[in-house]
Amino acid sequence: MMTTSSLTELSLTQAREGLAKKDFTATELTKAYLAVMNEKRELNAYITETPELALEQAKASDERLSSGKAGKLEGIPLAIKDLFCTKGIRTTAGSKMLDNFIPPYESTVTQNLWNAGAVMLGKVNMDEFAMGSSNLNSAYGPVINPWHRTDAPTKKLVPGGSSGGSVTAVAAHMALGATASDTGGSIRQPAAFCGLVGIKPTYGLCSRRGMVAFASSLDQAGPVARTVRDAALLTEVMASYDPWDSTSANVEIPDYLANISKDVRTLRVGLPREYCENLSSEMAHLLQQGVDWLKAAGATIQEVSLPTTPYALPTYYVIAPAEASSNLAKYDGLRYGLRVPGKSLDEMYENTRREGFGSEVRRRILIGTYVLSVGYYDAYYLKAQKVRTLISQDFDRVFGDVDVLLTPTTPTEAFAIDEKPTDPVTMYLNDIFTVTVNLAALPGMSIPVGLSKTGLPLGLQLIGPRFSEQRLFNTALALEEAAEFEQQVKLLRKVA
Amino acid sequence: MTNKNLIEGKTGQWEVIIGLEVHAQIISRSKLFCGCSTDFGAEPNTQVGFFGASMPGLLPVLNHACVDQAIKTGLGLNGTVNLVSVFDRKNYFYADLPAGYQISQFTHPLVTGGYVDIDLDDTTTKRIHLTRIHMEQDAGKSIHDLHPQKTYIDLNRSGIALMEIVSEPEMRSAEEAMAYMKKLRTVLRYLGTCDGNMEQGSLRADANISLHRPGTPFGTRAEIKNVNSIRFVGQAIEYEIYRQLDILENGGEVDQETRLFDPSKGKTRSMRTKENAHDYRYFPDPDLLPLRLTKERIEAIHATMPELPDAKRNRLMADFGLSPYDASVISGEKEIADFYESAVSASKAQDHKQAAKMIANWLMGEVFAALNRDSKNIEAMSLPATHLAQLIDLILDNTISGKIAKDVFSKMWESGKEPATLVDALGLRQISDTGAIEKAIDDLMAREGDKVAEYKSGKEQLFGYFVGQIMKAMQGKANPGVVNELLKKKLS
Repeated sequence: MMTTSSLTELSLTQAREGLAKKDFTATELTKAYLAVMNEKRELNAYITETPELALEQAKASDERLSSGKAGKLEGIPLAIKDLFCTKGIRTTAGSKMLDNFIPPYESTVTQNLWNAGAVMLGKVNMDEFAMGSSNLNSAYGPVINPWHRTDAPTKKLVPGGSSGGSVTAVAAHMALGATASDTGGSIRQPAAFCGLVGIKPTYGLCSRRGMVAFASSLDQAGPVARTVRDAALLTEVMASYDPWDSTSANVEIPDYLANISKDVRTLRVGLPREYCENLSSEMAHLLQQGVDWLKAAGATIQEVSLPTTPYALPTYYVIAPAEASSNLAKYDGLRYGLRVPGKSLDEMYENTRREGFGSEVRRRILIGTYVLSVGYYDAYYLKAQKVRTLISQDFDRVFGDVDVLLTPTTPTEAFAIDEKPTDPVTMYLNDIFTVTVNLAALPGMSIPVGLSKTGLPLGLQLIGPRFSEQRLFNTALALEEAAEFEQQVKLLRKVA
Repeated sequence: MTNKNLIEGKTGQWEVIIGLEVHAQIISRSKLFCGCSTDFGAEPNTQVGFFGASMPGLLPVLNHACVDQAIKTGLGLNGTVNLVSVFDRKNYFYADLPAGYQISQFTHPLVTGGYVDIDLDDTTTKRIHLTRIHMEQDAGKSIHDLHPQKTYIDLNRSGIALMEIVSEPEMRSAEEAMAYMKKLRTVLRYLGTCDGNMEQGSLRADANISLHRPGTPFGTRAEIKNVNSIRFVGQAIEYEIYRQLDILENGGEVDQETRLFDPSKGKTRSMRTKENAHDYRYFPDPDLLPLRLTKERIEAIHATMPELPDAKRNRLMADFGLSPYDASVISGEKEIADFYESAVSASKAQDHKQAAKMIANWLMGEVFAALNRDSKNIEAMSLPATHLAQLIDLILDNTISGKIAKDVFSKMWESGKEPATLVDALGLRQISDTGAIEKAIDDLMAREGDKVAEYKSGKEQLFGYFVGQIMKAMQGKANPGVVNELLKKKLS
């Protein structure tokens, strides 16, 4: 019998083996996680905890484990980002607008998880409607990064966003894995900030049905996990072709975990020049390390160019708000969610939306409305769509020469809550390495590979062609094993 | 050359320019982007699901049965079906628009071009070109008159598939606009893509109207929204023409605005001025992929196309020798045409063409008169087409005379019995037996010797009198042809 604290130290794949071997039960595993959730509630990772449901599901998992009917994620306790609709359980999307919203339906992604036997610990915090890179834009308060700076251990750091609750829950061992979503970097940036593996799969791999929309053409669900193998398994279960999502991809989902291999000897790795310019010396060094590791493992490295890269961020900040301005029009106070009365219909709309939306969401609705307006549409939205096509073509061309791209995930390590940039554009720069992938509908993955001078995790990003997830997991495994991130952390903790 | 469509004002002539945007509800069991039912008249908000109520995270899935219907319509209206079309979002806030946008097609519609030939009188047609046909969702219904302060929303209609059929501004009078609506409705009903039920709102028109001096650029137009009967389209346009004429003749300017027609007052009133016009912020719906069609799919639909009114009209004239007027009336309404064609095919007469012609005469004469008397339309008629065919056959094979047939018609109209049964039961079978007729002639000649003498001395108009007397003696059942023939012989 393992101790409670040692149970939460296991990775997802390790816990799965333990459950299969009956070293412990799903109920014990779940209780261990519920205990940590209780202990670390001040991190504010969860918006809604569902301990009773979790124990109920764990009990059912134990029955299936003992009757030999275990699913792929049987008894695995997970945190669910609060934009996946969960039937009968409040789903807020981090917004006051949906504070009282209880969906009468289940998202396809979470349904896939429950079908595989996973256990839900609760719904985790996020930037409101997934708009943000800090989790400071949540109506349910900021989430606190479980990591500390060695030079200022009391400073509270952001976990990144928008999937701040997902990464904090997993990094703080309040969940074995978590669902997240990524519109411009919302999985990869927080994964990098919290020392986790996070993958945004190819657009269309995971169904968007039942996922509260931010920007439909960019939104994609994916997991955050502690190891590459964990992420591979979670991705496989979350992904499915869904006839109820017209943009869902009808492709076969491989068994990523069974096929995983760290053999990268024939791999051609591209280093996009534009992602290497003006890097901090720390980040440049990290990237060089990544190159060295892959080279040592037998991969060939070559510099490539994606000349449209500088246009990606402005393009993203036209298209994403444009779609959001329309997607969020449904929050009008009429049928569900918040309603603030007014003397007329228009006044009710105004009162409801002023009260229900936070300032960042309002800002993006206004930007989006502006860029779609008569007289501005061609100059902004249409131009952005054209640039988006060019960005996509840039990648297509480069993927003729190389198999994956290696870049930093973020320009910096996690910043402090009280050091949040005051102007939105500086905040948007957090997404500079991640948005291109969403614009081109490609898979992108962040892997923790190093620590900053201040002892904070740093991640590298792998980008592949559409539906090359297996290749990304394989490359990531090679990096994971070479980097020995866990060892680096242990060393740091001993020194610190 | 004079143009009868020009309006003579105090200050000179004006030409009226009319374009119509017709919203036609597609016949389909379920809505355009979800599986909810489209049945009319259900309890409010019972035919709306989570997607229809715009619950977060739920996505549109295109109903391809609706697409096939729209393709069929495009082909039937002679348009070009585009292999790629795009669904756009038309963004505006309103209480009966749950998503805050309507999914429509803006820059890349399903169908481009096409035309409708409208019948102006028996012999003149005018071609009205179409700009486009696109698919879109209907909005819900706001009910303002149930409560003094509140508005109720019924989302049953929300999301139902519509075709918006946009004409070029080629109509020049209210009459032309009405003829266009009528013809369009007929074609859609022939195609089976819209039931054309205007009372239930299955067919609604927005009319764009402007006036200008002939030969000068078009004037500023006003748009009259949501007119829901052909008669109201005429009234609304008529009112609007004189409203604008009054403004222009007095040196004013017509405002570009959206107006509503009030059928109870017969007037239009301003609904929204240009300043308050919506900026719909159209953009491609990122929840839907562009609609891509194969040529094979379009061809397969093309292969199922029914005969359309104009083709039917021409065929009726060519094959049966119907007059243009009769052929137009019969082909002009699907139910009439269907009744007519069933009757013609049920007729067993030797001379098929003659039967077809007689069926047309009887349909447009006796049947229409009877419907009129009973204040019924043809959809509510209980007379089977086979009965009319049988009646005509009885005339043509000399079983009954045309005169007797009229009595049989009234009886079969009332009783629903077969004409042959009625003829037998009432003993109306025509007598062509020369012996019986000869006997009747002989009796008459014996009785009316002096009149026969008068006839023989030159008073030939007495012939008709003799025929009448014989028919009377034989209770109208004698074959008039045989009577004529025998009588002539006997009198010579």
